[in-house]
This record gives sequence, structure tokens and C-alpha cells, in this order.
Amino acid sequence: MRSGAGETSGEKDSAPSRRALLGWGGAGLALGAVAAGGAVAAVRSDGSSEPAADSGAAVPFHGVHQAGIATAVQDRLHFAAFDVTTKDRAELIALLKEWTRAAERMTAGQAVGDGAYGGPAEAPPDDTGEALGLKPSRLTLTIGFGPSLFAADRFGLQDSRPEALVDLPKFPGDNLDATRSGGDLCVQACADDPQVAVHAVRNLARIGMGRASVRWSQLGFGKTSSTTPDAQTPRNMMGFKDGTRNIAGTDDAALTKHVWVGPKDDGGWMTGGSYLVARRIRMHIETWDRTPLQEQEDIFGRDKGEGAPVGRPKERDEPFLKAMLPTAHVRLAHPDTNGGASILRRGYSFTDGTDGLGRLDAGLFFLAYQRDVRKGFIPVQRSLAANDALNEYIQHVGSAVFAVPPGVRDKDDWWGRALFS
Amino acid sequence: MRAVRLSVVTAAATVAALTAVTGCAEKSDGKGDGAVQVIAKDDSCEVSRTKIPAGHVEIAVENKGSKVTEVYVLFPDDRIVTERENIGPGTKAKITAEVKSGTYEIACKPGMKGKGIRQTVEVTGGKAAERSPEMDKAVAGYRTYVQAQADETLPKVKVFTDAVAAGDIEAAKKAYADSRIGWERTEPVAESFGDIDPKVDVREDGLEDGQKWTGWHRLEKALWQDKKLGAEEKALAPLLYKDLADWQKRVGRAEITPTSMANGAKELLDEVATGKVTGEEERYSHTDLVDFKANVEGAEKSYELLKPIASKNDAALTATLDKQFAALDTLLDKYRADKASYEFTSYDKVGKADRKELSDAVNALAEPLSRLAAAVTK
Repeated sequence: MRSGAGETSGEKDSAPSRRALLGWGGAGLALGAVAAGGAVAAVRSDGSSEPAADSGAAVPFHGVHQAGIATAVQDRLHFAAFDVTTKDRAELIALLKEWTRAAERMTAGQAVGDGAYGGPAEAPPDDTGEALGLKPSRLTLTIGFGPSLFAADRFGLQDSRPEALVDLPKFPGDNLDATRSGGDLCVQACADDPQVAVHAVRNLARIGMGRASVRWSQLGFGKTSSTTPDAQTPRNMMGFKDGTRNIAGTDDAALTKHVWVGPKDDGGWMTGGSYLVARRIRMHIETWDRTPLQEQEDIFGRDKGEGAPVGRPKERDEPFLKAMLPTAHVRLAHPDTNGGASILRRGYSFTDGTDGLGRLDAGLFFLAYQRDVRKGFIPVQRSLAANDALNEYIQHVGSAVFAVPPGVRDKDDWWGRALFS
Repeated sequence: MRAVRLSVVTAAATVAALTAVTGCAEKSDGKGDGAVQVIAKDDSCEVSRTKIPAGHVEIAVENKGSKVTEVYVLFPDDRIVTERENIGPGTKAKITAEVKSGTYEIACKPGMKGKGIRQTVEVTGGKAAERSPEMDKAVAGYRTYVQAQADETLPKVKVFTDAVAAGDIEAAKKAYADSRIGWERTEPVAESFGDIDPKVDVREDGLEDGQKWTGWHRLEKALWQDKKLGAEEKALAPLLYKDLADWQKRVGRAEITPTSMANGAKELLDEVATGKVTGEEERYSHTDLVDFKANVEGAEKSYELLKPIASKNDAALTATLDKQFAALDTLLDKYRADKASYEFTSYDKVGKADRKELSDAVNALAEPLSRLAAAVTK
């Protein structure tokens, strides 16, 4: 790929382009929350800023870390959580190997197995075929292991459960739906083309049949203006710019400090991995839309047009927290309010039609990566759940946490090898 | 079954190695060597040749009419060899089939209605797919099974239809699910007779405009929802018996091949996946698990007969299938107290999580089962 995640272009000190900010602006509900580092991700080394999406390129699958975390955020998401239905450890390992091989192919823009056509006429094709002829579209597939996979009576993994893979506490205001929560495994498929993302999850689900079944899944859309070089910071469903500042995918120091699990953390197998928190956050869109502008801006702590923090003229100006209401979202989510807690957000907006009462079933599918959930999501969400003025307009309805293992190194490696070896 | 249309599609699978060319077929020039050309117009169906050598036959259709059409290859008794629907005006399509010597009809149906404009064709020669003795054995075994199912089912149907005709609601309810087991075990074969299935097993939502609703599900609704049997229902009972007696008479002549057996097994699981697991099939009586079990048993029978062939070609597949059939059977046994009886838990008492577990088990079996036909013909 010509621009984006893996490259450190040596431009860290130059002013970030709007496109660059966009690339790292994974919409977090910890919305204007300020994270460490300036965002300079998706700038090509020659200084121009052709959107990576236009290239339709492939993101390398192999690496020290899994793609899909520090990778420049793609437009679309299909996220699926699975229950492992087999009780057999060898079958689970076989599944992970088959998934890895399929993921290698799909992220390179190739069909699964022997493809979608040309095989024996009597058998269904290996690949479902709806992504034929489409570009790789920067597809990334990222796997995670849920706490339930490490249960004592299952696959003998109880001693390998990382301490940082904690069960999330109940936060005030949570209204969690069990059928939209948890899971033994998760697959995050991100791509610039929704069909490519859906195809990937569909094929993995099919390969998994008999060994793993889909527990729940979520489609997400994020940015709508990513193909233009002067694209703006994306806005969430409440109309506010989201992800102005986030941990940049090129900021190695911040990633090492806040996102990647280090060799001294958690006993080894997670080194180079990360922890993922996924939350389905429903927004009460209709009541929000009846809220006066001033109140909306006070709730966030930023203005709606420019996205500037209270009392500042520009979107990317350093926020002055004390100028905001004590209950302002940005103030409560800021690392300074949370002992430096910082997370890499790559959430997506979702709209799943209406809810039967005519209300838009919409909101934010929040995805956050961090080195330790206890030092990342939990303190930030504690602060938000207790005091955030935004809580009147949102509700957390789904929740899951996963240990995201390190990257697949090469053609012989597979997702989770270090855990199962 | 879901709808009348399904029976047509299903029937196509009952002929060996028969594959409708889809997708890019329209792009072909339709002038392949040896292909039979069919020019379909609103009032004609021109077939380029009426003498065709047996074996693999390709039919290149061009719709020069103004209406959407469909083209069928039919056995003399109207069973479908293969068909292709939705051929739009000005478009081309290709149909392929494996045919033995005999007399067939090619039919174009402008507007996709009626019996169509027909042309008789003669297929001659002996180039039909060679079959090994073990394949013949499997086919013969399955033919015997299908006939036995029909023979054993008819008396049970009689108990049911007699009770309905007598207005005995309780006796009819008791006999209902039992009367369907043999049919459900062999459903793909039954459906290959395009005319019987819509009379006996159609659901209300599967009816076409103007089609009179008859058969099991019509009576199911009367028994469980309306809770009364009027003159009309009482009159439908002997009709159901008559239609199923027709099935019993014809089922032995059904076109059966190893491929159709394998695909039929998969289709039985598909029936479970789309109709039974959701509770749609028996929405009034909630006897879905009886049908479910019967579908699985029918699939298992096909599989057992084909296993000697398939295991030689793909031992890993048959190992998986053995395991998944056993797992599904074990799961189903949770829903009946007595393994010798077909009294299953009423499906409205099966909760969401349990339905998900059943659905997962069906997927776990149906996915590898979809590879059985390839393993048999390899």
C-alpha cells in the first residue's frame, strides 16, 4: 500500500494533513478525547495525500502485530463474535489454521480455497463469490480471543488467560443484551468496500460451521468523505466531529506505551498483541435532535461546526479542560482526567433500521485497543459512566472484551499459535 | 416446502450431473458446437434439432420475444429434467443436462405461465453417464427405501384423513405428524413430481394467485388454529389421500442417480435449515421436530447408501459426516423422552437459545454434506 499504517514516513514533525487526521480518527465515543501524539498517518512519503482508499490496495497480512489495529481506519466494518461449538482442542486449532490461510488470501484480494467457480460442478464452490472482481479494498482481518475461551473446563487454556483480560465491571447505565455481548472469538473485518468486509466474515463463518457459530455481528460505516484529499474529520451520528485526536498509527512511542502488549506483560504469548473492548452504544437520536445547540456543544465540550474545544478557535487546538463543564464528554474522557489512560479507538457508526417504535436504531459501535484494559477502557468508562452529560442520550447495549494476539509472522504461522503451542 | 417454485428447482437436481449454467451465461454467443438452439418468441418455440445424441446436452436459448420466458426439458410424464427461469427479452441463456435415450419435450413458457409451447425431441444412443455396480447398488437401495416409505405412509395417512373426514379433531391431531414422516424422509424425490407437492405440502404463503389451498397444512390450520372441521375440510381429506396414493404409485419410477441422492440429502437439511428450525413449517401444530427428525433420517439413509463410494474418494469427509450426523441425532434425542417414539417437544416450547443450538448443528452437518455429491462422482 502506498500510504498508511505500516509506513513511518519521516513526516512526524510536519503538520498533519486533514486526510491524515481522518485516517486515525476512529470514531470513539470518547469522542473529542485527546490522546497522545499527533496524527500523521496516511500521508504518502512524497508528501501528497492521495487517499489510500482510492488505490484499493492490499494491506500486508503478515507482521509483528495484526493488521487492523494501527492500520489507517477503513470506511467499513463487519464485526462478528463467535461461540466455539466444538469441545475438541485439535478442532479449534485446525479452525484457526484454516481461518488464517483464508484470511491471507482474502486480504490479498484473492478468493478462498479453489475459488468461486471452475471447481467440480457437483460441489458448492469454496468461495462464496460476491467479492470477485473487487479490489482488496484495504481489507484487514483481526482476530481476538474472549475470556470464555479460557474457562477451566474447555481447552486447557486456563493458565494462559492473561491477567489483563479482565471481565469488564458493570458500569452504571449499562443495559447489556446477552445476545449482543461476549463471544469466544471475534473477527474484525475492516475494508473500504462493505461487500469485501461482509464477504470475509461470511466465508470465515462458513469455514467455521460445526466448530464455531456466529453469536452476534455488527455492520458499521464510518467515514463518508474519505476519498477526497481534503476530507474532514468524520462526524458521528450526533453530528459532532469524532476522533480529532487519537493514538496515531505511526506514533510508535504511543503505540508501544498504550496499545501493544510488551514482553514483560502477561507472560509472553500476548507480546505484540493488544486488548480490544467492543461496545454497542445506542444513541437516542430523536431526543438528541431536539436538544438546543448550546446544550449539545456544552455536553461535548466542543463546538459543532469547527469542532474546536471550548474557548479555542481551532479543531486541533489543545483543549483547556477547566473551561468545559465538569460533566462535558471531552473533559471526562481526556487522559488528564484519567491518570493518563489512553486508548486507540477505531469505532464505526451503525444504523440498523428502526426499532419498531419508529426510532432510528443507530449509534456508535465502539472499538478500542489498549495494552491493558484495566488501565485503558475501564478507568475512562468509569469516569464517563458516572458523570458524562451525554449519558442522557446514549445507552451501552452490547459489550465484549478480547485478547488480540500478535500478528501472523509468515506462511507457516497461524492465529493463536503462541497461545496453543 | 417453501413455495411451489422450489419444487421445480429441486427437481432439477434429480438428474445426474445436471448443471444450469448461471452467471455469465448470457455473455456466450450461444453457438457452441453441438448445442441445441432454441429461439423463444411470444408465440413460438423453435428448436434447431429434434434428434439429439444421449449424454451431455447443451441448450442455447435466445429469447427473441417481448415477454420473460422460461425453458424446460421434460420427461414424457411432465417431470422436469432441467429448466431455466427468467430469461428476459433479448437475452440468451444456456442450459445443460445429462440425458439418456428416450423421448423428451422442450417447452418455452412466454410470460412464465401455462403449459408452454412444446416440441418433442428424441434422444438416441448410449452415451449416458456410465455407472459403476456399486453406484447401481446405492441407487437400487434408495429406490427400495423410497417405495417402502410411501407404502408404509399410506395407511398412516388413512388414519389421519379418516379422522378429518369423520370430524374427529382430537384423533386427527394425534395422527397428523405421523402421517407426514415418510413424505418428509423422501421429500426431494416427492418434489421431483412437480404436480404432487403443491397439492399436498404447500403452505398458505406458498400459494400462487388462483391456486386452491389443499393438503396437510390446510388441515393443520383447521385443526390447530380454527379448531373446527367444516364440510370443506372434511372434503379435502379424501383428496389428500388420493394425491398421496398417486405419489405411492409413481414414486418407484422416479429418476434417481447417485448425484441426486447426495444432493437430495443436502436438500433435506436445507429444508430443516429454512423451514423447520424457524418453526415456519408447522406453524399451527408446532410438530416441526417430527419433520426435522424425518428429514435427517432421510438424509442419513441416502448418505449410508453412498458412503461406501464416498469414503473411498474422501475419507475425511465421511468421517466428518459420521460425526455430525451422530451429533445431530443426539441433540434431537434431547427433545423426546422415548427414542422409539416420534413424540417430540412441541416447537413453541423450544427457546431461542435451543433453536440456535439446533440451527448450529444443522449447519455443521449441511455444510460438509454439500460436498457429498462431488465425493461420490469424483
